[in-house]
Amino acid sequence: MSDDIRQQHDMGGLDKGPVTLDEHEIEPWEKRIEAIMRLCSMREDPILTVDELRRGIEELPAELYDTLTYYERWIMSLTNILVEKGVVNRTELEERVRELEAME
Amino acid sequence: MPHEQHEHAHDHSHAPIQADERQGYYQRLADATRNLLIEKGVFTAGDMRAIIEKIDGRSPALGARIVARAWTDPPFRKRLLARGKQTMLEEMDIDPVVADIVVVENTPDVHNVVVCTLCSCYPVFILGRPPDWYKSYAYRSRVVRNPRGVLQDFGTTIDPAREVRVHDSTADMRYLVIPMRPDGTDGWPEDKLAELVTRDTMVGTAEVSIAN
Repeated sequence: MSDDIRQQHDMGGLDKGPVTLDEHEIEPWEKRIEAIMRLCSMREDPILTVDELRRGIEELPAELYDTLTYYERWIMSLTNILVEKGVVNRTELEERVRELEAME
Repeated sequence: MPHEQHEHAHDHSHAPIQADERQGYYQRLADATRNLLIEKGVFTAGDMRAIIEKIDGRSPALGARIVARAWTDPPFRKRLLARGKQTMLEEMDIDPVVADIVVVENTPDVHNVVVCTLCSCYPVFILGRPPDWYKSYAYRSRVVRNPRGVLQDFGTTIDPAREVRVHDSTADMRYLVIPMRPDGTDGWPEDKLAELVTRDTMVGTAEVSIAN
């Protein structure tokens, strides 16, 4: 496949440099994002699936995909899909984010 | 809807922002989402604590027990290679949770390496959370093109006479590598063998050695 028509996530076979073995401990807020995902997907009647999470990540604009950290990509994808499915609506979500900010 | 969130992210990028300020936004987004889903009855705060505890409890030690058993019990190994998930579940009471786990075995002729080029699919419930390098662009992009070169980044050299097979994971199919049992371990009990088996040896970026 020609590299100029690849989507951002589709990087198999490219060369993005040497592997760095540094690791960071997952932080509590990152664990909460992971937990929201699992609780939405690991149920009899899943609200969203792992494939959908990935699809949502793949739909992020390239510049966001590249600048967000791993779990930041997850929460963007998660919220976009939850809004798309009508589980939450964008307005109430943004309202809550502002409320949390005001409380800080 | 990527457009909606795009606009939002765009607002934030007008001025140079500190990494922690940006991270603050995503933390609030996460907590707002959690609060709304709890209010809507999707899950409870208790469910949230329980799932975090469950994932925190998963570590490479689980995978190591499976490998040690496979080394010492050939009929088990055969069943494991044929039906990965069911065998772990039914014979070791280890639930890998995902739809399927394919178990592949290193031999004197073949070395196996696992990646998820498109994302980061990983057998979290038998190895714990993936290391950062597994999710890195460098690993995802290069390991399918130049696996021996990538293994060098880990200090792992595979004999040129051995074939290297790279397996690309999906959301519904994850892999577990059974590394080669090192020489000099004849007669060792399973728990002592399991201590030799590290996370990276079950992803295929390292080999087991007694010196580990």
